[in-house]
Amino acid sequence: MIEAIGLTKRYGRTLAVDDLSFVVEPGKVTGFLGPNGAGKSTTMRMILGLDRPSSGRALLGGRRYRDLKHPLRTVGTLLDAKWIHPHRSARSHLKWLARSNDLPMDRVGQVLDAVGLSEVASHRVGGFSLGMSQRLGIAAALLGDPELLMFDEPVNGLDPEGILWIRKFMKKLATQGRTVFVSSHMLSEMALTAENLVVIGKGRLIAQCTTSEFIRQSAHASVLVRSPQLAELHGKLEAEGYTVKSEEDSDGRSLRITTLDSAPIGELAAKSGIVLHQLTTQRASLEEAFMELTRDTVTFSGSTKGTQA
Amino acid sequence: MTLLAVERIKLLSTRSPWWCMGLAILLSVGFSALLAWVYKPAQGPFTVESTQRGYTFGLVVIMTMAVLSITTEYRFNTVKTLFLAVPRRSAALLAKAGVVAGLAFVIGELVAIGSYLACLRLRPEADLRLTGGDQWRAVLGMGVVYALSAILALAVGLLLRQTSAAVSVVLIWSLLAERLVSLVPTWGVKIQPWMPITAADRFLTMGIGPDPKGEWLPYDPWTALAYFAGVCAALFAVSLLVANWRDA
Repeated sequence: MIEAIGLTKRYGRTLAVDDLSFVVEPGKVTGFLGPNGAGKSTTMRMILGLDRPSSGRALLGGRRYRDLKHPLRTVGTLLDAKWIHPHRSARSHLKWLARSNDLPMDRVGQVLDAVGLSEVASHRVGGFSLGMSQRLGIAAALLGDPELLMFDEPVNGLDPEGILWIRKFMKKLATQGRTVFVSSHMLSEMALTAENLVVIGKGRLIAQCTTSEFIRQSAHASVLVRSPQLAELHGKLEAEGYTVKSEEDSDGRSLRITTLDSAPIGELAAKSGIVLHQLTTQRASLEEAFMELTRDTVTFSGSTKGTQA
Repeated sequence: MTLLAVERIKLLSTRSPWWCMGLAILLSVGFSALLAWVYKPAQGPFTVESTQRGYTFGLVVIMTMAVLSITTEYRFNTVKTLFLAVPRRSAALLAKAGVVAGLAFVIGELVAIGSYLACLRLRPEADLRLTGGDQWRAVLGMGVVYALSAILALAVGLLLRQTSAAVSVVLIWSLLAERLVSLVPTWGVKIQPWMPITAADRFLTMGIGPDPKGEWLPYDPWTALAYFAGVCAALFAVSLLVANWRDA
């Protein structure tokens, strides 16, 4: 279990992380979601004792990271795949890590096998692609067979094959009963892997709930109707108690009705003899839902409005 | 012990330390030999101290290696990987200091013995017998000076974190600043013996070196060494405190 208790990080006048408290439950994948610059990496670094919190603290299984005797046996981390000396070989990198936590040397071979890097183990890390570095980072995280795993944006910059591999790997780790805490700025990615979510924006907690709950709460569905008899339909629908909004679009006018179901609208139109040209259920994309929630908290916001998916 | 092994694996699994160590020996022994080769009796007697005149070259290279051992960790962010594996930062950094100082000691001794043997070969007529404490100290004291200097350089690297800045400070300090101090009117001469690298040099050369003309030497060789060691330890302790306090 990972607990953050009032974590705060101040750089001069900017408040990067603001009184952040949350709990990551054991045995599940928990997504740590927020726009770029929301403070996800800073929070992770504070949890891992790399950065000193301005106030607050973080506990891993009830203990501070600095108090763990052999931390790699408790927590495996991949914060940045490039935090490796480029002139060192993959094997010698894992060797010194294993040695530092008194882990048996045969673990090095095992984790290299697990991530499929055995063939290039003696190559210099500087020549690795991002995908290979990422795998090496995961191998390092698994070295101590830890209960807790923390990954910072593990799929960032990867090709589809790499993304798929990481996604599967994280699920596998969770089915083994490990606690996985993984950050991302993409809700769609988290929807595929995470069971729980911790959502932050501008360093503050926005939501902590299950992923399905988050999506249900924030994604609004609606029905789009196009018809030559719009005004007539509008009246009928409002009489039935629907919330109706007129919309201007490129082909003329249309109606948007906030409901989940298109069937009763079609039936109502048929009964009243109204011609329909289009009747479509539209679900706001996860990205839109996410933006809706974090809109006020984006640090570097441009003027571009969200385009319709 | 574990952490020492870790730092040894880390330092020796990259190439630059090997280059630095080879270069240090080559430059120092080479320069000492060159000076012995071009020596003219008019310059005064060729003594045991004369065999070690090239040691500064290797010292500067080894101090650069010590700086790099920590600044490259910051440059490649491997220091974060290190502190994730060993969150007790002081222990991790003490182990690094131990390994770097140990290697520097070995290189220092090799430089001294190599230089001595080369000069013995080139100046068979000179009296280079290791007759007393002063002579032995001038040769075998080299390892200690190299080791302590490496810790001093490591501390500078740990404080500045940036290779170019730290190497500049170390080089300018040891090669220029300490010598220029003596040019300051009246008190410059009195302060110079208390400059750390100068004190280390006096530890090696006192008793057999050229007469320090009019120079006021406020210590005996072993006090000079103790003073130098104290300065190195103090700066390293400060750098440890800072490293513990700052974000990695």
